[in-house]
Amino acid sequence: MLDAVARNTQKGIRWRSVVTESALVRRLAIAIAIAFLTLFLVLPLAVVFVQAFSKGLGAYLAAFQEPDAQAAIKLTLLVAAISVPLNLVFGLAAAWSIAKFDFKGKSLLMTLIDLPFSVSPVVSGLIYVLLFGAQGLFGPWLMEHGIKIAFALPGIVLATIFVTFPFVARELIPLMQEQGTSEEEAALTLGASGWRTFLTVTLPNIRWGLLYGVLLCNARAMGEFGAVSVISGHIRGLTNTMPLHVEILYNEYNFVAAFAVASLLACLALVTLAAKSFLEWRAGDTLSGRPGH
Amino acid sequence: MTSVLPAHIRFRRASVIPGFGITFGYTLLYLSLIVLLPLAALVVRASSVGIDGIVAATLEPRVLGALKISFGISFIAAIVASVFGLLVAWVLTRYHFPGRAVIDAMVDLPFALPTAVAGIALVALYAPNGWIGALFAPFGIKIAYTPLGIFVALVFIGLPFTVRTVQPLIADIERELEEASATLGASRFRTLWSVLLPPLLPAILTGFALAFARAVGEYGSVIFIAGNIPYVSEIAPLLIVIKLAEFDYTGATVIATIMLAISFSTLLVINLIQAWARRRFGNA
Repeated sequence: MLDAVARNTQKGIRWRSVVTESALVRRLAIAIAIAFLTLFLVLPLAVVFVQAFSKGLGAYLAAFQEPDAQAAIKLTLLVAAISVPLNLVFGLAAAWSIAKFDFKGKSLLMTLIDLPFSVSPVVSGLIYVLLFGAQGLFGPWLMEHGIKIAFALPGIVLATIFVTFPFVARELIPLMQEQGTSEEEAALTLGASGWRTFLTVTLPNIRWGLLYGVLLCNARAMGEFGAVSVISGHIRGLTNTMPLHVEILYNEYNFVAAFAVASLLACLALVTLAAKSFLEWRAGDTLSGRPGH
Repeated sequence: MTSVLPAHIRFRRASVIPGFGITFGYTLLYLSLIVLLPLAALVVRASSVGIDGIVAATLEPRVLGALKISFGISFIAAIVASVFGLLVAWVLTRYHFPGRAVIDAMVDLPFALPTAVAGIALVALYAPNGWIGALFAPFGIKIAYTPLGIFVALVFIGLPFTVRTVQPLIADIERELEEASATLGASRFRTLWSVLLPPLLPAILTGFALAFARAVGEYGSVIFIAGNIPYVSEIAPLLIVIKLAEFDYTGATVIATIMLAISFSTLLVINLIQAWARRRFGNA
């Protein structure tokens, strides 16, 4: 009905509905909303690309020729390649046990799984420094045995796992709870094994939600700054991920290179948003669609 | 395993579905190793300095200043994000105009864009020679490198939370309510204010609390634009990083514990709001 009202208004038919605002208020509200979003969303995105190409394509491409930039890109991909699958397996296990079974303390468990979202990224990095840093709880022991966790790849991976911890689980739990257990029970009664039931009954049912969770998890894993910054030690060419490399270039007043690397991360964000919209359209109401923290 | 026990003592209800033991066990193990034990270690470390030590470290002027800045600006930014979030959610759900789908997808940008990228982009815009900063510079208004810059970054970060928590509820509003209100003679404004707004209030508050919690802990998008002057524009997360760089682990731990306590309280408040909303309006 709203569409009919809007169309009639556009055609100039004088027909006022009681369940919408006057055309003037409507236009004003749309104008304010668009102006606000342009100011806060469109311009920041646009400025990244404008700055990146401000000295031409040559300077833009040169930023990626640098060995440090390439090392940062490789490290970012490696960290995501380790942490996303680990959180994917955890998400599936957590969702299976929470959604398919009834047990006591379930809501407490779900609150605990969501916990990392309410922890500041800096604190997320700090807790691992306190455990594995030179002055940390296991620091001296690790040093004795020549194992490096803080200010090395394992620390970066741990911090990344922490900040992306809830993404897959919180997407799958409501979805699998809604789907219930009848289809799995039917498969099991017909003689399928548990594993086969999971692969051929459950997995196809949750595939869009799973993909959605992995997508968000991956975007955050590649873009995390605060937590990784605290635990990485900023060793150029060794423990710098892409967001940290952006910071270093920026602080060295190498703006074109900083925005060039940033533009790559901005593209990742745009691809994530596009894929997210596609999945929401494809899967309809089955996705929770809530933003993470 | 527990079939001989009566139902109310059993830990879980019997089921034909296999795999509870392994998935539940793995969930607990992974959760404990990654989240619970490291967080517990933080709290234990903070408590090792005793109550006096914690109070002394908190009352240090620079720490107190940073906490005030973080919580004060986050609060104002979350209010502004809530007001505009409500407007944007309403416009995106109720009105049809060209480009609506694209704008709707764009709302999640602050959530998808790495915070460091957002940080340098906001500086490029709001610095005195930036696209927006240049408009304000002639009036002597500086945005970047002042608390105003922190505010801008925190509104940016909070927006998706305030829009996305209200949006589904606006979509679910029953048209009959508005029609009834109108037929009873209420003006459109009165219908909006006293019929439509009250049921949205819990969602608005939840969105506010989420935006606030996120803003308090935010680091990447703020440090570039803040200027980071102690007592003026130095946020609490940055002070943790500074203390850590000075090897003042105790100082860093105490600030982190205070922030942790406050974000958990916020989480609790959100749960209370939603429980209240379920009782009052039957939704959340």
